[in-house]
Amino acid sequence: MNLVLVGTSHRLAPVEVRERVALDLDGAAELARRLADGGEAVCLSTCNRTELYLAHQDPDLAERLAGAALAEGEIELYRLRDEAAALHLFRVAAGLDSLVPGEGEILGQVRAAYESGACGPVLDRLFRQALHAGKKVRAETAIGESPASVSSAAAALAQQVFGELDGCRVLLVGAGDVSELAARSLAARGASISAVTSRTQERAEALAARFGGQAVAFDNIEGELARADVVVSSTSDPGYVLNAERMPERKGRPLFVIDLAVPRDVEPAVADLDDCYLYDVDDLQAVVSESLSGRWREAARAESMVAHEAGRFRDWQASLDVVPAIASLRERAESIRSGELAKAAGRLDGLSESERRTVESLTTQIVNKLLHVPIVRLKEAAATEGSGYVDAARHLFGLGEDEDAAPGRKSRK
Amino acid sequence: MAELLFWPALLAYGEAAFAYAGDARHPGSLGRLGTWGVRVGWLVQTALLVAQAARADGFPWDTWAGSLNLFVWLVVGAYLIWGCRPRYRLLGLVVMPLAALLLAVSYAAGGVAGSGKSGYSTLFLVLHVGLLLAGFAGLTLAAALAALYLWQERQLKRRSSTVLRFRAPSLVTLESLVARTVAFSLPVLTLGMAAGFARLRHGSDLDPLIVLTVLTWAVYGAFLALRFGVGWRGRRAAYTALIGFALVIALQLSLQTGHFA
Repeated sequence: MNLVLVGTSHRLAPVEVRERVALDLDGAAELARRLADGGEAVCLSTCNRTELYLAHQDPDLAERLAGAALAEGEIELYRLRDEAAALHLFRVAAGLDSLVPGEGEILGQVRAAYESGACGPVLDRLFRQALHAGKKVRAETAIGESPASVSSAAAALAQQVFGELDGCRVLLVGAGDVSELAARSLAARGASISAVTSRTQERAEALAARFGGQAVAFDNIEGELARADVVVSSTSDPGYVLNAERMPERKGRPLFVIDLAVPRDVEPAVADLDDCYLYDVDDLQAVVSESLSGRWREAARAESMVAHEAGRFRDWQASLDVVPAIASLRERAESIRSGELAKAAGRLDGLSESERRTVESLTTQIVNKLLHVPIVRLKEAAATEGSGYVDAARHLFGLGEDEDAAPGRKSRK
Repeated sequence: MAELLFWPALLAYGEAAFAYAGDARHPGSLGRLGTWGVRVGWLVQTALLVAQAARADGFPWDTWAGSLNLFVWLVVGAYLIWGCRPRYRLLGLVVMPLAALLLAVSYAAGGVAGSGKSGYSTLFLVLHVGLLLAGFAGLTLAAALAALYLWQERQLKRRSSTVLRFRAPSLVTLESLVARTVAFSLPVLTLGMAAGFARLRHGSDLDPLIVLTVLTWAVYGAFLALRFGVGWRGRRAAYTALIGFALVIALQLSLQTGHFA
């Protein structure tokens, strides 16, 4: 059984091409079922890629079928087989083929594709191992931990100050899109957007309503400042909106101030106040840059992990060839053993039941011990040296010739 | 036998220290190696202490070097409670080199070899030395947490772009852990001191070591009163915990010339 991958991604095609072959989950499941036709197929379709994985006896035919399904000739496709295809999927699941390395969404998308696909033993094993590789990379490297945008960096820094953000009160100063983006990041991590203030009261009320907070008058935020744990400021005011004199004493309670405005809203002297931590856009951008370079560093480590997983898959795939040969070998040995015992039945009539069981056990053990080393060697060789050993074993033991050979033997008698 | 167990324990602690240093640069599998170093080292040191106890006639750690050996075991044991979690691995950078160094000092000063017959009753020493050292171990851990807090606070204040790289615990978590560790350790220290005072003969002089111990107790007592009474937090609280620890170090050093001399 060969593994075939045909697909396109952001590395090969711009969005206007990708959108022509993009499918929703139901569409991907339907295509997988149609392509499988009694075999195995999975369609992975996300905003960055559409890929078809097929396990088929005839890889050329599988490639043609998958290519036709993805409008071959009209768009550029990549084609990979066996270990290379497995490595590709493992890299995808680990987020190594994503625009931002280590992004977390892809693992869920791979799982959804797997669950809606038409899987048999090969694709089942492939996708389970891909999910395992993706989780392992995220658990053992820091590839997915660091933020990849200014708003997520702000939220991650707030967590570095407060730990869990559940119960943390956030004050939004300014009710524009930038404030809203930062608020979403903070709220997604459990923070409560308790108050919104803006020069335009209606906008403050609208944004506060979206997050379940309350709108407060711009000139009356001292009380909210005292209660807040996080302040996000993003107004178009040309001067400082928050200055050191306006900040209440914290008495050991940390205050994390995020200034997303240009020109800046928060007087730099606020950073010098005890228990106040001030980050402006440049600081956050520096954190994002460092975090992305960190992700690339971690990606290098992750590559060796997924390569190892791909090697394991290759070994497993090779071992599939050897399974029927081993089963035939065991069957042949058992038929010889039981046949010879049956022939000797007349001479063993005088044995008691217990002695008979001893003879059965003894002959079984002799056969098992004789077969043990050849079977172990066959498995090892299948993983490292391909099918040559399996063919040799079939030839030496006459495996697969049973049906032809058996009548011949009988006729000679 | 006991001496033979010393080397693997020291090796494991040293390995953990190096692994944690490597983990700070590249978080991942090195951190797990460090954690295993701590676990293995602590188990081997436990076996070392058991071997010493089995061989000794009385309390086996009634010398300064012996008490240092026991102290290291208590510190690493306290660290094991939560230090093996990935977010607290940075603590290992402080605790494990210290543990390895002190264990080596203990060995050099004869703390790993067996001691002769103790001049004190075993029960008294278990209560007095054991509780005092357990208290000191907790306060050492609190100091390591306070140091980590100050480092993290400085990173955030300076708006360091690498602040997220080290995956350290949050400021609030560290601050709370310092307070809770001191709150747990001080009563243990108090009981150890009470056992010591109970042995003081009526009218005997207070030696400087006792005064230093009482001063240490007062610093940590003030820390707890301010922290839980008036909500004293942040940098000042962390510095106070470190000042208290400086007194603990002074006490440990004075023990050699005082009580154990």
